[in-house]
Amino acid sequence: MRQKLARVLGGAALVALVAGGAACSSGGDDAADGACGYKIGFFGALTGSSAALGINMNNGVKLAVDQYNKANPDCKVELVELDSQGSPDQAPQLAQRAIDDEKLLGIVGPAYSGESEAANPLFSEAGLVHITPSATRPSLADQGWKTFFRVIGNDLSQGPAAGTYIKNVLKAEKVYVIDDQSAYGAGLADEVKKVLGPAVVGSDKVQGEGKQSDFSGVVTKVKASGATAIYFGGYYQEAGLIRKQLTNAGVKAPLIAGDGVNDPAYITSAGQDAAEGTILTCPCQPATKARGSFVSDYKALNGVDPGTYSDSAYDAANILLAGIKAGKTTRADLLEFVRGYTGEGVAASYKFTDKGELDPSQVKIWAYKVQGGQVVPDQEIPLG
Amino acid sequence: MDFTGLFSHFGELTTTGLAQGAIYALVALGYTLVYGVLRLINFAHSEVFISGAFAAIWTWSMLGLNQDSKVSGFGSILLYLLIAMVVAALASALAATVIERVAYRPLRRRNAPPLAFLITAIGASITISEAFGIFTRRLPQGVPNLVSNEPLFHIAGTPIRVMEVLIIGAALLMMVGLDTFINRTRFGRGIRAVAQDPDTAALMGVNRDRTILLVFIAGGTMAGVAGLLYDIRIGAVTYSVGFLLGLKAFTAAVLGGIGNLRGALLGGLLLGLVENYASELFGSQWKDFAAFAVLVVLLMFRPTGLLGESLGRARA
Repeated sequence: MRQKLARVLGGAALVALVAGGAACSSGGDDAADGACGYKIGFFGALTGSSAALGINMNNGVKLAVDQYNKANPDCKVELVELDSQGSPDQAPQLAQRAIDDEKLLGIVGPAYSGESEAANPLFSEAGLVHITPSATRPSLADQGWKTFFRVIGNDLSQGPAAGTYIKNVLKAEKVYVIDDQSAYGAGLADEVKKVLGPAVVGSDKVQGEGKQSDFSGVVTKVKASGATAIYFGGYYQEAGLIRKQLTNAGVKAPLIAGDGVNDPAYITSAGQDAAEGTILTCPCQPATKARGSFVSDYKALNGVDPGTYSDSAYDAANILLAGIKAGKTTRADLLEFVRGYTGEGVAASYKFTDKGELDPSQVKIWAYKVQGGQVVPDQEIPLG
Repeated sequence: MDFTGLFSHFGELTTTGLAQGAIYALVALGYTLVYGVLRLINFAHSEVFISGAFAAIWTWSMLGLNQDSKVSGFGSILLYLLIAMVVAALASALAATVIERVAYRPLRRRNAPPLAFLITAIGASITISEAFGIFTRRLPQGVPNLVSNEPLFHIAGTPIRVMEVLIIGAALLMMVGLDTFINRTRFGRGIRAVAQDPDTAALMGVNRDRTILLVFIAGGTMAGVAGLLYDIRIGAVTYSVGFLLGLKAFTAAVLGGIGNLRGALLGGLLLGLVENYASELFGSQWKDFAAFAVLVVLLMFRPTGLLGESLGRARA
């Protein structure tokens, strides 16, 4: 997801101060009964404004560790929670803390793309394996980091799926494609155009990051094109305004967009009536669709239903734990283990490419729908 | 280049462009008024505008309306609009007053150099915008659907919509009011006098500080109404949108001739039209490019803008 420049600038100074203080404190080293001292970490936001997803993930990791420790009471593994608050400014210090803890063998996370960019170079240098259950920026896999793995599809994998959905489910023959000229938005829009080919009756580019609020030019074009579906590659702020201004101008065709639009603010800025029927794709399945007894186990331990990314975090933790169980108890051995890992999880089956991406045949993309002001799961989009 | 698109949608592009241009023009008046009297670019004026835009939304929300509300009945719609307009105008005028009192007057008293004014202006702008950002948690605030977008009538196949008529009509009305105020009233004469020659005006008994405050209040009122019209037209407001809109309005003021009220109107409408035509002709990504290219080229040939400078001299 996007890191807002304004927010980063505004918060940077303050965060640096707070982080400076927080980094000095470190966890105690207690040797509980039956513990053989190995640790895995969760790296993500547990407090702050973007903590909701982080807590979903941490609870999934907690469940995996809890189950492992019950099954292996003679060699328990400890979970270290590294709370980044989702901030790239805090990430390097936090990463260093994890690296300095020699008993810490692997990490689930970092959760977001921005903090990944800040922390991953350090992990790569230290040879500490990390599996992210949620950071979907495509370029993360192209940085030459040796320790990077991702258990879900990246942003761009949503593009072909969105195209397929428009073609096969909506059966729209005239599609108008808009993007916000960001790497994320334009990347998605290009993929959609490739799939739809001649069904694209027109396309236009707008300005992202809140730089444009009057979309009357685009609205005029969409209206004139007679499109029966509109794809938007970009984020919720522009999407909300475009949807509202289209509806106001009498365009009823549904809007399809990626997970960058999946934010309650989309519905509040477009208004519930205009937002109704919007299709949002996500390389994440609803956590409640996870296999086996995951949903009930999760609820029993955490007292809440699993949320977005709970299942993929659980699977990522289990990959690390399987390695520890197999006796890969040095960082180098565990890294090799993850690189060669194949196996089943509750959310998907896992196998990684050379770059650490989830094998494309295993990527799952789901369509979600805005209904009555809520985002609800619609269906899984078959790929290929 | 898509000339067929430009010709076939010419009417609609013109009406929506004029509506957006009318909003630019109303905000541009604030820049022009302050510049005409103080030779100061009030960069915080974009936040005067945003204060009005938020004030209108919060007024509606206090009256029980949110982005999902539908209001029917001409009378109640008009009432909601009028109440929000009054509150927005008051809020913006208040914001302008506070900015003048806190950021500019103390500097004027100490004869600060122009650069100091520039920095306090930018400082005031960022402070206010960030305060709104924190208060709204940086989320867009939705606007209730008050004004229908049904075509009112057609001119040569182009639908003329209720919203556009309302926006352009309200903006023109405000401008005629301001023009009359500046040219026909005693207060207006004071403003023109201070603009022409502050020292002589002071000798003739014009209270300079009060006149300056009046200028800020007049500009703020215009910006507040612009904020309301922006709400209606765009549909949601984020704390940061004032910056670019303010920049465009400032451009409009310079385009028409800064310091010149009618120039601000002309510049605003022209800018709205150029933006819309360019986004049809070259694609929306060229919208701002075209707008500012027009400004640069025009200033090359007419350095003082279309109608030339000055609030006091010539025919304001």
